[in-house]
Amino acid sequence: MIAIIDYDAGNIKSVEKAIKYIGEDVVLTRDREKILGADGVILPGVGAFGDAMEKLNSYGLSDVLRQVAESKKPFLGICLGQQLLFEESEESPGVKGLGILKGRIVRLPSDKGLKIPHIGWNDLKYPHKGRLFEGVPEGSYVYFVHSYYLEVSDPSIVTATSEYGATIQASVECGNVFATQFHPEKSSDIGLKMLRNFVSVVKAG
Amino acid sequence: MHTKRVIPCLDVKDGRVVKGINFVNLRDAGDISEVSSAYDKAGADELVFLDITASSDARDTQLEWVREVASRVFIPFTVGGGIRTVDDVRAILREGADKVAINSAAIMNPQIVSDAAKKFGSQCVVVAIDAKRRPDGEGWTIYKNGGRVDMGIDAVEWAGEVCRLGAGEILLTSMDCDGTNNGYDTELTKAVADRVDIPVIASGGAGKPEHFYDAIEAGAEAVLAASLFHYKELEISEVKSYLRSRGVSVRL
Repeated sequence: MIAIIDYDAGNIKSVEKAIKYIGEDVVLTRDREKILGADGVILPGVGAFGDAMEKLNSYGLSDVLRQVAESKKPFLGICLGQQLLFEESEESPGVKGLGILKGRIVRLPSDKGLKIPHIGWNDLKYPHKGRLFEGVPEGSYVYFVHSYYLEVSDPSIVTATSEYGATIQASVECGNVFATQFHPEKSSDIGLKMLRNFVSVVKAG
Repeated sequence: MHTKRVIPCLDVKDGRVVKGINFVNLRDAGDISEVSSAYDKAGADELVFLDITASSDARDTQLEWVREVASRVFIPFTVGGGIRTVDDVRAILREGADKVAINSAAIMNPQIVSDAAKKFGSQCVVVAIDAKRRPDGEGWTIYKNGGRVDMGIDAVEWAGEVCRLGAGEILLTSMDCDGTNNGYDTELTKAVADRVDIPVIASGGAGKPEHFYDAIEAGAEAVLAASLFHYKELEISEVKSYLRSRGVSVRL
């Protein structure tokens, strides 16, 4: 059973539907026991960093998610869900992120003549081997929608990057914590393959 | 490398795709999910659905097929047609659509654009503009109600206004070119793309791969076509291969 964190963020249904589609049991929940009892946890998200942290805090979910990470349970953050794993964001100065991983979130450069948000398909490079990308060729295209991106403290956890005026750290893997800036649930068969890879990690326990 | 998008548009009526689809191996050419999956496999970067249902119970039917599509198709999709309120927007997004396209409602009540953008983010608010060249040839005006009513408002000015209100994208249809297969109105595309800093989806008139290239050259971030793809006059992969051969970055 995979628990998807329900904290009123948009687009949660798409993640739920994708996991169901690949044949895995899934529950949409903000219940502590259900989350801690699940075999794997997904933190989705669309929206602003500050609002999202406020909701996670008000539902008492921040501590639960830190516990999930500590317990070595496979944990996947998607889009804003990736950003929230880190310490802080330029989008919401003064708001503390979950701090599960070290790094900060910064705004995409506006001086490169590129439209912000970065919306659309972009290709991936793999600086380090990542379990989400097993069987997914380098150069595969995935779907992005974001205005902020990650600057990680420890580059060795970056498993995929993409170029958009800057090198976007598109995915990280640290122990059993995974995250993607792009939307695997909107990236066609390639994205579903990544979700299947995550489910395999969950099943391997 | 960020890519330009190729988007098939599907007309939907009473929960069914209405224009004929010539995909082989489709059990049901009117089944929205099946057609959508076929387009996903054919390399569509996104899908746009325009609901032309007129009946009063249209809303429930719409939410039903949106839910169904979202359960089976895993590329971004936009739903347009008959959206009048922020609650309509919320309901459609909640069922799993990624964006909504607002046309007449934005003209009658521009605040729906800013309200929806504030509540759900600009990335999910597409404003659809139907534009036609003025009789004197000087610029274009916008039309509402599916192209039936000339609002007398300048199309480029209107594009600037919806951008200011928080629209995330403009779906720009040339009524003059629509259905002609003679190419997009690249002057219109360029005029609007130069005016706004949000992506413009060019629509209306595509007939051959060169036309897609011309629209992108004019400033379109994405190119949309309907009957051309439905009737298999062109494959999406052919269009993309051509674009790539001309140096345009696409997902192939």
